[in-house]
Amino acid sequence: MPAEPARRPTLDRVLRIDQATYDAIVEHARRDHPVEACGMVAGPLGSDRPVRLIEMVNAAGSPTFYEYDSTDLLRLYRELDDRDEEPVVIYHSHTATEAYPSVTDINLASEPGAHYVLVSTQEHGNNAGPVEFRSYRIIDGVVTEEEVTIAAAVDTNDAAEEHS
Amino acid sequence: MAIEVRIPTILRTYTGGEKAVNADSAGAGTLSALIDSLEANHPGIKDRLIDGEDLRRFVNIYINDEDVRFIGSLEAALSDGDQVVILPAVAGGAR
Repeated sequence: MPAEPARRPTLDRVLRIDQATYDAIVEHARRDHPVEACGMVAGPLGSDRPVRLIEMVNAAGSPTFYEYDSTDLLRLYRELDDRDEEPVVIYHSHTATEAYPSVTDINLASEPGAHYVLVSTQEHGNNAGPVEFRSYRIIDGVVTEEEVTIAAAVDTNDAAEEHS
Repeated sequence: MAIEVRIPTILRTYTGGEKAVNADSAGAGTLSALIDSLEANHPGIKDRLIDGEDLRRFVNIYINDEDVRFIGSLEAALSDGDQVVILPAVAGGAR
């Protein structure tokens, strides 16, 4: 178990996400329970704005492991490239444990710029009810929890969209 | 023989921030030779791709959009002008 101080949200990094995207991630996690759900929210390069939700298939089909299919992965990254996007949020669910990165999550985290979102469905499974929804930076094996701010809508219409 | 290799964010520390580098498969025409050529110019990168004799489990390499695991892995053949993409797996989970 990680030391307690590392679990406290810091104020220097915040995940800002709109209500519809938040709800869609939670819904995906509930629908796939007890299998781990996984996906990404892409945004314009350098914007830190999660605007385009992409549900991915968990090729492992497991309640304790997720992995994007390798062909899907290539297709996804090509698409991000073509659209001048990057992974802003990389999410998955834990279905029998808390929404905190496991050792596996930490070892395999490979996007230092992304917000790693974990949703835990251990309380209510496929049913409605509160879920744990938490966000982290995972860089060089160091986990830093960050605050999650939910907005009615994120501005999807500013100059960053025009990035060429 | 020049081959373009796309480098993922996490490995760009080895390429001075470059998103793509040119490498040479040194005439042998295999992925293994290409990785040795990458290592010569970007020391340390090989260890991030290979574990012992094999490709690391959570690293994906594609030649012209084909996952090399389906076309011979480290022995996969390369020809001039091929495009190679390296992508770390997006994976994890509670276990």
